[in-house]
Amino acid sequence: MAGPVLEMRSIVKTFPGVKALADVSLSVRAGEVHAVCGENGAGKSTLMKVLSGVHPHGSYEGEILFEGEPCRFKDIGASEKRGIVIIHQELALVPYLSLAENIFLGNEHATRGVISWGETLKHATDLLRRVGLNEHPQTRVADIGVGKQQLVEIAKALSKEVKLLILDEPTAALNDEDSGKLLDLILELKGQGITSIIISHKLNEIARVADSVTVIRDGHSIETLDVKAAETTEERIIRAMVGRDLDHRFPERTPHPQDLAAAPALEIRDWTVFHPIDQQRKVVDSVSLNVRRGEIVGIAGLMGAGRTELAMSVFGRAYGKYAGGSVLKDGTEIRTRTVPEAVGHGIAYVTEDRKHYGLNLIDSINRNISLSALRKVARRGVVDEHEERKVSEGFRKSMNIKAPNVSEPVGRLSGGNQQKVVLSKWIFAGPDVLILDEPTRGIDVGAKYEIYTVIDQLAAEGKAVVFISSELPELLGMCDRIYTMSAGRLTGEVPRAEATQEVLMRHMTKDKR
Amino acid sequence: MSTNLKAESPAGAAAQKGSGDEGGLGGLIIDGMRRNMRQYGMLFALGLIVILFEVWTGGDLLLPRNVSNLVLQNSYILILAIGMMIVIIAGHIDLSVGSITAFTGALAAVLMVTHHWSWPVAAIAVLVVGALAGAMQGFFIAYLGIPSFIVTLAGMLLFRGLTEIFLKGQTLGPFPEGLQKVANGFLPEVGPDTNYHNLTMLLGLGLIALVVWQEVRDRKRQQEYALDVLPAKLFALKLTALVAAVLVFTLLLASYKGAPVVLIVLAVLLVAFGYVMRNAVIGRHVYAIGGNLPAAKLSGVRDKKVTFAVFLNMGMLAALAGLVFAARFNAASPKAGVNFELEAIAASFIGGASMSGGVGTVLGAIIGGTVLGVLNNGMNLVGVGTDWQQVIKGLVLLAAVGFDVWNKRKVGS
Repeated sequence: MAGPVLEMRSIVKTFPGVKALADVSLSVRAGEVHAVCGENGAGKSTLMKVLSGVHPHGSYEGEILFEGEPCRFKDIGASEKRGIVIIHQELALVPYLSLAENIFLGNEHATRGVISWGETLKHATDLLRRVGLNEHPQTRVADIGVGKQQLVEIAKALSKEVKLLILDEPTAALNDEDSGKLLDLILELKGQGITSIIISHKLNEIARVADSVTVIRDGHSIETLDVKAAETTEERIIRAMVGRDLDHRFPERTPHPQDLAAAPALEIRDWTVFHPIDQQRKVVDSVSLNVRRGEIVGIAGLMGAGRTELAMSVFGRAYGKYAGGSVLKDGTEIRTRTVPEAVGHGIAYVTEDRKHYGLNLIDSINRNISLSALRKVARRGVVDEHEERKVSEGFRKSMNIKAPNVSEPVGRLSGGNQQKVVLSKWIFAGPDVLILDEPTRGIDVGAKYEIYTVIDQLAAEGKAVVFISSELPELLGMCDRIYTMSAGRLTGEVPRAEATQEVLMRHMTKDKR
Repeated sequence: MSTNLKAESPAGAAAQKGSGDEGGLGGLIIDGMRRNMRQYGMLFALGLIVILFEVWTGGDLLLPRNVSNLVLQNSYILILAIGMMIVIIAGHIDLSVGSITAFTGALAAVLMVTHHWSWPVAAIAVLVVGALAGAMQGFFIAYLGIPSFIVTLAGMLLFRGLTEIFLKGQTLGPFPEGLQKVANGFLPEVGPDTNYHNLTMLLGLGLIALVVWQEVRDRKRQQEYALDVLPAKLFALKLTALVAAVLVFTLLLASYKGAPVVLIVLAVLLVAFGYVMRNAVIGRHVYAIGGNLPAAKLSGVRDKKVTFAVFLNMGMLAALAGLVFAARFNAASPKAGVNFELEAIAASFIGGASMSGGVGTVLGAIIGGTVLGVLNNGMNLVGVGTDWQQVIKGLVLLAAVGFDVWNKRKVGS
């Protein structure tokens, strides 16, 4: 393969009081797919922002060579002119504009400020075909799924004559199928001579598409490995990421002794929910399941299977339109028509989308933790700030939330630490049943282990845990029983002993209709 | 597990280390100001404006009589600003408060002047009607999900129209003497004849004691939790400045007719609402729904009830402002309260509210309102026409919010 197309040498980037990058060097060969991985907060995103000019030249130390020439980008426009395009984790598309308009946003086919629609549509159609997206260019972005939106982002990058494509956790929000398509596309683009840098947590993805991988830890580049080499195993990469051997990715679990005669802590019967807008569509279709005290029960399913919808509709009908079914707690039917009712019956739901549904990002750790059970630290409607602080300090220590103190705004924490805050909040509410929806999404390996440990502890304390996840190894590692869902229906119930990825996947892709 | 989990070095700790040991008091002040820009920026600006106009008016601004006037002139805007700040923290806006102020003033006049109700009864009735007006809007906003901008824009037209219908286009007065004494009068004098108003002095000294006690207690608590506190020297300076400001203000009022009754009303509102927003469960819930509504909902916050309560409260405060305003001018007029909503909104934003909600304090609203009040009063004294007054107020609003945005960006990036 060819020599380096990109070289970043000894990059140092300091924010007031924090050294985000202490010494990072990165060398990417022309035409390869280069993975960058590391724990959250290791500095991956900062490095990419330095490269793409988000942090302009002069705000960092070190030098960048692209195609042998030094680069001094003053903004994103300058790096894009050289053919370096970054696709951020949070997609930057305008929902109510068409695909074509989005693709050429800021880069319109126009003469003297007047857009030439014919040319725009023609080029958009070409680009959409190139990324394998079979949609009309005049479709609105809001009307297509996240997976397709990701493809539109890539089409947008291609329209800018991209030479080096940077993807920041491109599959974080995608289901397996869409992820697969995206990864294939990256390989296809590689065939067309486009070099890619992909930031990812998912080691199987790296193994699938990347040629080499650079591991970053605490602002230092640790090492670059050849992915195809035999000694580069997942364990090897994980070790470089966390700086320790991770023999066990899951805590040792001893199943809680079960009293099978007793009623389950939570039982859902024939639960049916319609889509909030399209009220003809059953999103959840007569689902029945149960979870006992001390048990961790998984729910596996692909995107669109209705797992989150099931959980949120049970939790105070926070999603969709209820169309039938009952909820039983310890054998007696309960009403969970509002969130406060559900919380009152000892049910907690930890959302998959912590930034939108879990946290008030501009408020402190302290106030986020206490929010769902403020009355526990209040007397006659008045919050005892002493008590509140004591409680959240306790959680900061026991959950190992990395922050100088509990007055820190949650928005400044890394993903893993934010997740710990959301968990703390619900543990503080003191529920009997916890529904955890993708509790480890987008967080690093070290923090994942910590969260698994917490979940295990909760079960050991006799709480009933429902564990929704898209990562099968995690379900297999943690759960006593696993339900599978597909297209709104329950398609299987697999005990721990019989569960393998293959068995689960077969149930998850089953169409019962 | 524990080997590699060392805490990330926090920005705060590093900054604090830098400030403690180097530089004299001047350096400390600048450093402290920089780190607490949100808190002190506006207070500092208020101080500057006061000094500017004090010089410009040749000392007229801080004449005892004028300070008294300043309080009386701005009381109703400040009352509205308290409610508006809470509405904005909740992530909403209320455009109807000026009209509700006029409407409730008109109602008060009809009840007291035309129907000869005893004024306390009528006042309570007016407050209830104001609360109902707010509740009606709150119902549409909270339970029917109509955007507050639309609902209160409708309310602005509706209550303005009702006011004119009520008053048949005429002004109605005068109000009973009892009400005027409350809205326009001063605290009664007690004790021997000193050159100062005794009761006012007593209240002022009491307030100083309270402030010192509160500040010292807060600092102690913060130290207990190992939070950043101001360095001792700076803390002493801050305390001295606070005490001096309260003392001067008290002396100014006491050497005229004493503290206006509405000032006491305002102080009670400030303390009560400040306490509720900071310490009460419902106050926390207001911040939560303004900061992230979906997250608050999923945390079990009864967001609809909270929103409803916020607008009900705004309506009641608007009625209070309506009473004070009508009594001060001794007549209810169909043109009363025009643009009051904009003044209150401006006061809130100058005082640190954020357009997206979730941020702001009741004290901030008072500071913002006072900035506007001093500007109004000062420019009147100097003889600036209302045309230029509006231009200048617009620029101040823009500058205040612009500064805030700029400052946040600098800290955030």
